[in-house]
Amino acid sequence: MNLLRIENLSLAIHGAEILKQVSLSIAPGQIVAVTGESGSGKSMTALAVMQLMPNGTRTDGSIHLDGQEVLNLPETEMCALRGASIGMVFQEPMTALNPVKTIGDQVMETILIHKAMPRAQAEARVQEVLSRVGLPPNRFPLSRYPHELSGGQRQRVVIAMAIALRPRLLIADEPTTALDVTTQAQILDLLKGLVREYDMGLLMITHDLAVVADMADQIVVMRRGEVVESGATDHLLKNMQHPYTRMLFDASNHQVALPEMQEQTPLLEVTDVVRDYRLPRTGLFTKPAHMRAVDTVSFTLNRGERLGLVGESGCGKSTLTRAILGLEEVQSGEIRLDGAPVFSGHKPNLDVRRKMQVVFQDPYGSFNPRHRVARLITEPFHLLETPPTGSERQDRIAEMLRAVGLSTDDAGKYIHEFSGGQRQRIAIARALIIRPELILFDEAVSALDVSVRAQILDLLAELCAAYDLTYLFISHDLSVVRTITDRVMVMQAGKIVEQGETEDVFANPRHPYTRELISAAPQLPEIGRKIA
Amino acid sequence: MSRSLILGAVLSSLVLLAALISFVWTPYDHAALDIPAKLQPPNAQHWFGTDHFGRDMFSMIMVGARTSIAVALVAVGIGMALGVPLGLTAAARKGSWLDEVIMRGNDLVFAFPSLVIAILITAVFGAGAINAIIAIGIFNIPVFARITRGAALSLWEREFILAARVSGKGAARISAEHILPNVANLLIVQGTIQFSLGILAEAGLSYVGLGAQPPTPSWGRMLADAQTMVSFAPHLALIPGLAIIVTVLGLNLLGDGLRDWLDPRIRVARA
Amino acid sequence: MLRYAFKRLISLVISLAVASVVIFAVIEIAPGDPASFMLGVNAQPDTLAALRAELGLDMSKLDRYFNWIGGMLGGDFGTSYTYRTPVSQMIADRLWVSLPLALYALTLSTLIAFPAGIYAAARRGKPGDLTVMGATQLGIAVPNFWFAMMLVLIFAINLRWFNAGGFAGWDKGFWTGLHSLTLPAIALALPQAAILARVMRSSLLDILGEDFMRTARAKGLSRRQALWRHGVRNALIPVLTIIGLQFSFLLAGSIIIEQVFYLPGLGRLVFQAISARDLIVVESVVMLLVFAVIAVNFLVDLAYAAVDPRLRSRT
Repeated sequence: MNLLRIENLSLAIHGAEILKQVSLSIAPGQIVAVTGESGSGKSMTALAVMQLMPNGTRTDGSIHLDGQEVLNLPETEMCALRGASIGMVFQEPMTALNPVKTIGDQVMETILIHKAMPRAQAEARVQEVLSRVGLPPNRFPLSRYPHELSGGQRQRVVIAMAIALRPRLLIADEPTTALDVTTQAQILDLLKGLVREYDMGLLMITHDLAVVADMADQIVVMRRGEVVESGATDHLLKNMQHPYTRMLFDASNHQVALPEMQEQTPLLEVTDVVRDYRLPRTGLFTKPAHMRAVDTVSFTLNRGERLGLVGESGCGKSTLTRAILGLEEVQSGEIRLDGAPVFSGHKPNLDVRRKMQVVFQDPYGSFNPRHRVARLITEPFHLLETPPTGSERQDRIAEMLRAVGLSTDDAGKYIHEFSGGQRQRIAIARALIIRPELILFDEAVSALDVSVRAQILDLLAELCAAYDLTYLFISHDLSVVRTITDRVMVMQAGKIVEQGETEDVFANPRHPYTRELISAAPQLPEIGRKIA
Repeated sequence: MSRSLILGAVLSSLVLLAALISFVWTPYDHAALDIPAKLQPPNAQHWFGTDHFGRDMFSMIMVGARTSIAVALVAVGIGMALGVPLGLTAAARKGSWLDEVIMRGNDLVFAFPSLVIAILITAVFGAGAINAIIAIGIFNIPVFARITRGAALSLWEREFILAARVSGKGAARISAEHILPNVANLLIVQGTIQFSLGILAEAGLSYVGLGAQPPTPSWGRMLADAQTMVSFAPHLALIPGLAIIVTVLGLNLLGDGLRDWLDPRIRVARA
Repeated sequence: MLRYAFKRLISLVISLAVASVVIFAVIEIAPGDPASFMLGVNAQPDTLAALRAELGLDMSKLDRYFNWIGGMLGGDFGTSYTYRTPVSQMIADRLWVSLPLALYALTLSTLIAFPAGIYAAARRGKPGDLTVMGATQLGIAVPNFWFAMMLVLIFAINLRWFNAGGFAGWDKGFWTGLHSLTLPAIALALPQAAILARVMRSSLLDILGEDFMRTARAKGLSRRQALWRHGVRNALIPVLTIIGLQFSFLLAGSIIIEQVFYLPGLGRLVFQAISARDLIVVESVVMLLVFAVIAVNFLVDLAYAAVDPRLRSRT
């Protein structure tokens, strides 16, 4: 007997088709993962089960929960189901909790709103369920507010709210996407444990195929609102039928071949760099405390080398990036590029800046929406003493656009006319246009769908061959760093705890933190690639 | 374009047009006394009736629009001219002593409502329309400084600003080239709203005698004159009041409409 | 929490100090000597000197400033140039009209605006919302003193429910006093309520789009339950700012409204003082108004902390 059965579910919002004939089912104690790239409709499928769609949604088909038709159920009956029979966990733990209510109250609310038990009993249940998710009340009192907890802890509270009434079905929409890899591993373990313990069905929405392969009993692959393939995990991994499924698995583990390194002369030398941030004063007359974001970091990046920097959020990698770019001054230590300091006399050194460019993570926030592409990618010309003009400028723009795989006609367009992947290409063109000696890629492929990410990685490999790139590739994504760098550094709490040849570090991690990182990252099974 | 944008634009331009036409033509001389024809209710000769001196109300409303618009417009100009650079500077130097001084200064000015500033100025220099302009203008400065700083701060966090900094551009250049164009829409909308508030404030100041002085016609002044006669000649109070309401309503609708129309997110969604 | 309150208190004191310097400096610019203005052109030099000494005009500017501040801290606002009576007494009498009026109006405005704003937000885009929004759009555009004149015309002159003006005084009983302040308070409150209702609505609509509202719905709360339990308190944070700002508008507005109703409040006092060039009265009333605005904003800061736990723990 199926717990949840979705049959031929079609959904349109204000006339735009979002889901087409989606069918899937979940049995008690089973984990079903729905996966796909952005725009595949996987999240909307989850919201449809909850009947929490945006205004103006029209649905067709059927959703049966425990034999009861949910679709078009009156709102009051739906309210009785939500939280009691179906629990839901969301992607963004930082904003999923009400900031002005205590965590105890928020978990308690699930119980009281359904009048499931008297208050005293409910309180005991809240303590029990918070302990179960790893927040024992002796260490995390019920009177805590969300802002006093970390992202992972908040996600545990959200899970506690969802399971407080032991629902038969739990829906988790990208529950670990916003979390660090070590936290992700813990949350995934928690979810798996809960499914076993309560014999729940788990509908897991995720874009991460490694997570899918690791957790799911059943996989449903979606593309543009349609299910392209589904089946038991083992079977599907061994016998992928649909080319899209194969492409997805391929792209997730995309490998590129970097050209051989040539020279071995140092380009970027970072010596004993320290960067402190002043924290807000805690008392009126006490000295403000400091937070050491970067703690005596030293490394050398050789010309022609592709160096990776990995670490979790808050480890100081962004601060180090800003310091190298000369956007912030460091308290002590020195950063030299090609022998010259990045900062001289409390001012960024323009001669050095000219040799450096950067590509950022967010393909949407990286460009002034009011400028055309030609103006956007020529912004670094500002660094040159004699910026090219006239036809020379046009030629440089055209060359760069072609180099990153865009058309020369694109120079006259505005940024909103491009997709996320195209925008990252434009960002690379902007970084390359003054032929810098060093490029920093700051999480440059992290916001992209896997298929687009694979294309951008290919582009990087091509550009390495064509332009002899030297770069520092900063990322939290181990699998990407593994293929796109020659050497890698691992950063934790402001320090570089390990560095070495990329393959060597991944194969034989020496520092315990590196080992923890690597083992926490879900592995994509080899099967997917063999077929292709 | 939304209905409120169109209605707002129509009402605002109607008032603006009346003010402009009044320079070359009014039905009667707005200052001409005609005692025998005093206190007439609206009729075919005098569309808005006449006041206690027999002056034509329609002409007075037209000329009064000039005063209201001039005072409010210059006051918005003062607020923008000083407030926007202050806000941009504070955002560019976020967290520095300069930011602190600008923001504390803002808070201080906020503690002085326009009326209080007008009282101070009048007490020292005597009454006049210039006082109203200065009083409302000063009050506008922190409004624009705050809104500019708030919007600029979130822009400074954006990666395209970082990219510009990596390209060696300084704070002043970035503010002019990247920040200002991206807060312009917001400033236009806020400007419209401050304009309407200025009209209201000018009327209030004139009403208590701190604004335009006779013989300069102004809507607030007309209301003050009407006060003792409201029981037997209510049109004296109704008409200037409705003129103010139409103007302020028009500007507010225009501001709301502009906000929706200029918001690229909404426009994209509509397209 | 205490530390937060203490920090805000220090900032209040600094604001007051700077504001007092500004007010004093502006008044100092005023041309002419108050003593000769009071005595007229034909005053004897020795009488003039005596009066100057009595008013403290012979001291240095710095001394006069500290005298003024020191006096105010002790409740002594100096002596009126024209009436020769203590300014503090004159202000105290008037304050008993202006302050209750402003508070009355603030209460009315909040009582009208909160339900209206919440109602409109809950029915976003529906006829109820459109009606409320239309009414507020109109309410914002109405000048309060004109609205006051219309109220007088309708409720005092035609219906005779209220007196057209004047103040009965509190000694005739609380309700009698309140009755004579009712029309002025309504005239002040309605335009402000229109603004506040719009802020409440838009703030609530912002909150309705937050992730935690979806979480609340996923727990099984109905739309209405989620709105009341999770929406309203979060929406209050920006609304409080506006209430703080509104108090200063209401205080200023009450000065204007007093003219419509012939109320013996601070407004009347200050306008008489201006025409009589009684600068010390102007100076003190202005300082008092500024003090009221700064103090109310201090209270608003404290209210923030009560609503938002993030503020309580940060500092």
